[in-house]
Amino acid sequence: MARRENSEINAGSMADIAFLLLIFFLVTTTMDVDSGIARKLPEKTEDTPEVTIKEKNVLDITVNRNNQILIEGTDFVQVSDIRKIAMDFIDNGGGVSAPKADGTPGTPCDYCQGAKDPASSDHPSKAIISLQSDRGTTYGMYVSIQNEIEASYNELRNRLALAKYKRTYSDMLKDYNDNGGEKLKEKIDFLKDSYPQIISEPEPIK
Amino acid sequence: MSKFKKKKKGLPAISTASLPDIVFMLLFFFMVSTTMRETDLLIKKPILPTASEVKKLEHKSLVSTIYVGKSKDTRIAGDKIQVNDKIIDVNDVPSFIFAERAARKEEEVKYMTTSIKADKEANVGTILDIKEQLRDINALKVSFSTTKGNDLKSNFTN
Repeated sequence: MARRENSEINAGSMADIAFLLLIFFLVTTTMDVDSGIARKLPEKTEDTPEVTIKEKNVLDITVNRNNQILIEGTDFVQVSDIRKIAMDFIDNGGGVSAPKADGTPGTPCDYCQGAKDPASSDHPSKAIISLQSDRGTTYGMYVSIQNEIEASYNELRNRLALAKYKRTYSDMLKDYNDNGGEKLKEKIDFLKDSYPQIISEPEPIK
Repeated sequence: MSKFKKKKKGLPAISTASLPDIVFMLLFFFMVSTTMRETDLLIKKPILPTASEVKKLEHKSLVSTIYVGKSKDTRIAGDKIQVNDKIIDVNDVPSFIFAERAARKEEEVKYMTTSIKADKEANVGTILDIKEQLRDINALKVSFSTTKGNDLKSNFTN
C-alpha cells in the first residue's frame, strides 16, 4: 500500500473551540458576590417616647472584652447555646400580645410552641433581645452572636411557614427574590410579623 | 502553452488556520488588560468572619463599602477605617456616605446599603462607632459582610 501523505489537520474548527471556551468562561465566571448579615439600624428620633418594658420580655445578652457571654446576668454560655436560648425565649408565649392600635386587647400566641412560662416573654411581638457588647469585644464574636440571633428567628419563621404554607420561610424568600409576587409578599410579611425581629443594642460598655 | 492553461480559475480558499491564533490573541489581550475595579487596600486585608444566615447583597451599584482592619504597619495599633482609596477617621464616615449619595440618583438613595467589611479581630467599639455615624445621617441599611459557612468557632478562636 502506498503511504498516504500526511494530510494537514483541519484547523478551521479551532476558532470555534476557542470561542466556545471563551463564552463558557464568560458565563460561568461570577465575581465574588458580597454577602453578609443584613441589619436595619433604628432611626434616630428627637423625642423617644418613654416605654416601659417588663424585665421578663427582655433577653439580656452581654459580651465582655474577653468574648465571654452572659445571659440575663446570671448564666455563662457558649455561642452555640444562644440559638436555643433565644428560640425558647421568643417562642415562650406566656402571656398576650400588645394591644392593637385600635384598642382591641392583645391575644395569646396561638402558634407558639414554647413552655408558656409566665416568667419568660409574653409574646413574640413583645420579646426583645438586647445585645450589650464591650468596646473591646472582637468583631468575630459580635457577628457570631448576631448570626445566632438571626438564625433563631429564621428557624422559628421556618417552622411556622412549614405548618401554615407547607414550605420553608427561606424557600419563600428565595422564590420572592427570583419571581416576586404579591401573594408571596403577603405571606412573608405575615411570617415576619408573627416573629418580628426586635433587637436592641445599648451603648457599649467602655 | 499547456503550462499556462493549467492555471486554475477562481480564488483559492482563504486559510482559516490562523483564525484561532487571532482569537486566542484577543482573549489573552483582554485577560491581561482587564483590571477589576477593586479598591486597593491600604489596610491589611480583612479576614471576614463566618456566618450561616447570610443574605446576598443585591444591586451592587447601590452598595458603599467600608473596610475596617489593622494597619499594614505593624507598629500602628488599633483599627483603621478605609473607604475608597484612603484611610479616614470615624467622623468622616458621614461625608463619605454623602459623597456616595451624591453620585446616585435621588430615588435610589433610600435603597443604598452600607457594607461593612471588617476583620474578625477588629474591635466592636469601632464598628459601633461607625454604626452610630450611619444612624446620624439616616443611612440605616447595613450589612456586615461575612463569608458563608457553618464554622462559627473560627470567628473567635485563632
